[in-house]
Amino acid sequence: MEALLEKHDEMTEGALHGPEGKLPAPDARYRGGMGTQGLVQARPQGPVVEERPILVLEGLSRHFGPRCPHCQDGEAPLERNVCPRCGTVHALRNVGLELYPGEIVGIVGESGSGKSTLMQCLYFDQEASAGTLHLQSYDGGLQNAFELSSQERLRLRNTMFGMVYQNPYLGLRMDYSSLSNIAEQMISSGNRLVQAMVGRGSSLLDEVNIPQRRKTEAPRRFSGGMQQRVQIAKALSNNPPILLLDEVTTGLDLSVQANVLDLILRIRRDFKVGMLVVSHDLGVVRMLADRTLVMLDGRVIETGLTDQILEDPQHAYTQQLVYSLL
Amino acid sequence: MTKQYNFAFFDEASKREIRRAIVKGIAVPGYQVPFASREMPIGRGWGTGGLQITLAIIGRRDVLKVIDQGCDESVNAVNIKKLIHATTDVEITEETRRASIIQSRHRIPEQPLGEDQVMVLQVPTPEPLRHFEPREAATRVLHAQADYTGAWLSLFDQIVCFGTTTTGADHPVKVNGRYVMAPSPIPRFDTMKLHQNSNLTLFGAGREKKIYAVPPYTTVEPLDFKDHPFAVEEFQGRCCDTCGATNVYLDETVDEASGTAVYRCNDTAFCTQQAASKGLI
Repeated sequence: MEALLEKHDEMTEGALHGPEGKLPAPDARYRGGMGTQGLVQARPQGPVVEERPILVLEGLSRHFGPRCPHCQDGEAPLERNVCPRCGTVHALRNVGLELYPGEIVGIVGESGSGKSTLMQCLYFDQEASAGTLHLQSYDGGLQNAFELSSQERLRLRNTMFGMVYQNPYLGLRMDYSSLSNIAEQMISSGNRLVQAMVGRGSSLLDEVNIPQRRKTEAPRRFSGGMQQRVQIAKALSNNPPILLLDEVTTGLDLSVQANVLDLILRIRRDFKVGMLVVSHDLGVVRMLADRTLVMLDGRVIETGLTDQILEDPQHAYTQQLVYSLL
Repeated sequence: MTKQYNFAFFDEASKREIRRAIVKGIAVPGYQVPFASREMPIGRGWGTGGLQITLAIIGRRDVLKVIDQGCDESVNAVNIKKLIHATTDVEITEETRRASIIQSRHRIPEQPLGEDQVMVLQVPTPEPLRHFEPREAATRVLHAQADYTGAWLSLFDQIVCFGTTTTGADHPVKVNGRYVMAPSPIPRFDTMKLHQNSNLTLFGAGREKKIYAVPPYTTVEPLDFKDHPFAVEEFQGRCCDTCGATNVYLDETVDEASGTAVYRCNDTAFCTQQAASKGLI
């Protein structure tokens, strides 16, 4: 343990004083229990490699409404997430997180706590009201991705992110063949070779156990579990370093759920993809996530190692959440 | 003629509004310019877009040719010609070379057009991304961002499912390296006639209220994939039964008496002219 802590310190130092020096320092809240340590444990022993987060999100806010002097202060007391004076809904307030390569971060919280809004802001489906997003593997984390032009954001989205939506109808084009669905991002980033894209699509469909004879069929005709797996294959098409998984297993039967979870772990192992996993299902989070964020009313109320959060929850809401687990 | 209408049916303000849209379309090749499509004495979807363009640009010295499916004598073409003639008294012709304005649906004449000629095409669906994205507001954003993934994806889907693109007509093209455009339902055979051509081509969609244009000598590239290049319809080894022309767009009909397939030029005016020059009729 001593050795581990030492390594951890070195890494923190590296991140603070590294050659680029522009990356925001990791939030102090996270240092104790998070990723770095989890990662060191998960990795085979070897020389210490300086590891930087691939994604650093700071101060993300998303509000709907005019905002008044009262609620402009990020810490102002609200009625849940609604300002009592002007009625502005604060879907996200000052959310920050970091994601390391090959790490899975779980996000839990009740309905309406802002989990999906967070994912959609990260995927640029929604505009962030405030906040910064720095992506190491896009531009070395130099620019705030929320301030890029819409074309650049589109390119970034195509090359950096794979998204799996809770509802496959949001993530798939139901009338186009599964292969075309997978090819969409490749076409978008300029691929003009049909054979290459068909080859890549077929191997991804193999990867998610969709039979080859159904590859030209439209996902509209698939079962929910198959649609979810096509979404995962689609999300992987451009080898993105970051996967955003929004309730991937909700509504799937247990055996299909197990298949999908297996697949996610295999993808992490084989491709070293960092993932953000949103779920209400604490079992799923316990199985997948190295680190977990608990959200309530648009804010992150607790973060830490998944085991720590599930075994020794600190915040009253987290305690309630964990003890409601049957 | 007792004058019952203003020249060319429209009032002058309407003509000016349509001309403004046309000028903007020419300035931004391939960009769909919205315009206030007028109520016409023919139904929407029957060529009102093309008709409005023709009426807006026609002058007393113009010579007009109207074709529908390659034919000068089909009902729609004849009625459009009658309406324009009744309100302008301009000369009507079937000879491609003599016409200064050619309004058409489905075909660009076989006879190459010159700099002094204007081609007006009637367009049913001006939006090449419509199948991919049904919302107009969303397709406008896609055009603004030059994000044409949807147009390529539709072609890719056809290749994956059927082994080849299935765009019999209206194959999407990129104009001047910027806007992807639906070239009206002209067959793929005619698509390359838009590329670096010496005439001005105007597109009018009356129901969808859009006007767009390909100015003379503009680059027009059909969308395709490196391993599935764009190809036009082939009529290898076939020629027109009437005039003997090859390398033209042929219609296949069945000879009732013998039950065999017979091929004829789709462009009737071209066929008549060829047959006459060869002394066949």
